[in-house]
Amino acid sequence: MQSIELTSAARALGLLADPAQGHAPVALGSRPPEALVAMLRSMMLIRAAENGIAELVRTGEARCPCHLAAGQEACAVGVAAALDTPRDKSFGAHRSHGHYLAVGGDLDALLAEVLGKETGCSHGMGGSMHLVSPEHGLLGTVPIVGATIPIATGAALAARLDGSGGVSVSFFGDGATEEGVFHESMNLAATMALPVLFVCENNLFSSHLHISLRQPDWSTARYAEAHKVAWEVVDGNDVVAVADAAERAVARGRAGHGPTFLELVTYRWYGHVGPRDDQDVGVKRDGELPLWKRRDPIRRLEEALVASGALEPGDVASLRQAVDADVERAVELARRAPYPQADATAKYLYTGGTR
Amino acid sequence: MKEETLSLSYGTAVREGFAYLLREHPEVFVIGQGLWSPWYVGNSMTELDREFGRERVIDTPVSELACTGAALGAALAGRRPIVVHPRVDFMLLAVDQIVTQAAKWSSMFGRAGAAPVVFRGIVNRGGEQGAQHSQSLHSWFAHVPGLRVVMPASVADARDLLVSATLCDDPVLYIDDRWLYEREADIPAIPDVDAIHRGPRIVRAGTDVTLVGAGYASYLAEQAADELAALGISAEVVDLRTINPLEMDVVVASVERTGRLVAVDGDWTVCGLAGEIVAAVVERLPLGAMVAKPRRVTLQDAPAPTSRPLEARYYPTVEKVVAAVRASVGLGVALA
Ligand SMILES: Cc1ncc(C[n+]2csc(CCOP(=O)(O)OP(=O)(O)O)c2C)c(N)n1
Ligand SMILES: [Mg+2]
Repeated sequence: MQSIELTSAARALGLLADPAQGHAPVALGSRPPEALVAMLRSMMLIRAAENGIAELVRTGEARCPCHLAAGQEACAVGVAAALDTPRDKSFGAHRSHGHYLAVGGDLDALLAEVLGKETGCSHGMGGSMHLVSPEHGLLGTVPIVGATIPIATGAALAARLDGSGGVSVSFFGDGATEEGVFHESMNLAATMALPVLFVCENNLFSSHLHISLRQPDWSTARYAEAHKVAWEVVDGNDVVAVADAAERAVARGRAGHGPTFLELVTYRWYGHVGPRDDQDVGVKRDGELPLWKRRDPIRRLEEALVASGALEPGDVASLRQAVDADVERAVELARRAPYPQADATAKYLYTGGTR
Repeated sequence: MKEETLSLSYGTAVREGFAYLLREHPEVFVIGQGLWSPWYVGNSMTELDREFGRERVIDTPVSELACTGAALGAALAGRRPIVVHPRVDFMLLAVDQIVTQAAKWSSMFGRAGAAPVVFRGIVNRGGEQGAQHSQSLHSWFAHVPGLRVVMPASVADARDLLVSATLCDDPVLYIDDRWLYEREADIPAIPDVDAIHRGPRIVRAGTDVTLVGAGYASYLAEQAADELAALGISAEVVDLRTINPLEMDVVVASVERTGRLVAVDGDWTVCGLAGEIVAAVVERLPLGAMVAKPRRVTLQDAPAPTSRPLEARYYPTVEKVVAAVRASVGLGVALA
């Protein structure tokens, strides 16, 4: 399925937001099989990590709030596939395990961070909601809604000033488009033609509230239209379509043609926070959730790859076993890793101490 | 005749306050995130939307600044809104409307109009939530003339400060703390609608040392006083209740009697409430009135860590208050 070009953002979403649609295998396009398999593996790894973290929350081993992105893997992986890291910078939000892994963040350091260990990507200072992987251009994920939208805009400004040709990305949700700073950033980026990708994963919910209770329209792309920012509305559960759209956006940025807003329509499988099957906010999604699960971004790519002959069913199973084993090992390592030193609380506060 | 009482937890007392206001005062409405969520803001607002209707109990988009400003506007136009921010950290997106608009409005227009708006900011910390989900920052807000800042510690105040803040014609920041929600007490059935004007309260009388705090810190001080009693130390505990305008007579008089002061605060040290308490007392007492130097028990000056062992050391505790008092009365930690 290609990204859908319709004049009205509302109509575009109308189709994508119907979970009875879009269950078929994705169209593979012209990417080499290795690239597609790498995307499949990356999505599988994210799914396995999310399920593993869910289990750690269930058992009480992980205590920090964990917002899981199972179901939304194609958004992170498709965009990451278009980036040249660490030249390109990215930023995430509260639901960013997937973004971290998709850009290449270390799995062991993710699990260790979730358990608050010294070996975590933030040395145990941040937990699930504060991930970082500068080696891969991921400069931070934070749980204040909308906070990294202007920050990514600034990273794009730096790229322009440097002449690096780099772009930057802010991953955020539909809820973040309700914050004023989103609009200020879009205007700033459009006016200055900054190479930034505003990636809105529209999963139709902000916590317990469906978008219809928060906005007069289900699609957030209309804001891009208003701010004269180039935009596309894309099936966020089709990793190839996401990667294609992200490549166009990155090319636009590198060519000096300014920002792009990508609305990736998707759905989260777990509850807003924690490991329950989305009943934790009491929203009756049980009619919809099974349908959305049939739009599984992983299965849709798997089936396409098998149908094309790029993979055998056995290959798929081995891939899955491999990522499961990776996650198991990372969990074990994280369990055994030490906590930070007792005096670490102010350790990273000022460069060179308080003087 | 025995006064009629209610057995409530702090969290349900907050809900009682809302229910009272919505029932008795048609000009009151409530707006904020999570008001229709089955979590109902830590169960402090359970089913208010069902009872009073979603016209007056309004859940919102993720738009703190707009909702806060809209509440101020509705207040100027004759309503009495309460804006709910489920975390102080999220309320910071609305600071212009609170600090630069609401707090100044009455004064800069020569009281041409009143802004009877309440901002409810909830301190919601711990649980490895980390740096961006843990702030209190009450000292910051108390720094702002024109903004009343109240911090209920007791079950009665959880309700009564909310009610009286809403009925007060000034903008009020009401800060409640999730760590107090399970606190229980029997409280009078009728709210004290003037609670906000009553100043600090001595919640425990004592003779050896004065402990001062607001909100959860005040509760810590109360518990520390119990432990200190077992050590033969008689601690007087003053619950400030309102930290702006800060009324210090009760505290000063108490320290005059006890000669010792330990200020307890769940916020950072530098430029904080604990320092303000110490300064105000020292400034007003004659030289030599104190027999020990004043002490502060505060947060370490660092963002909240997430890691379990670091978090366990980070927040003020009863033990830390007890240790400070022991040091103050000359029972060194070595004697422990
Ligand atoms: C400024 C701010 N306001 C409110 C919150 C509480 N909050 C945390 S996540 C969230 C939902 C955001 O929804 P969305 O942006 O769509 O992301 P999703 O959870 O769907 O991934 C909210 C309201 C917050 N973290 N920060
Ligand atoms: Mg969302």
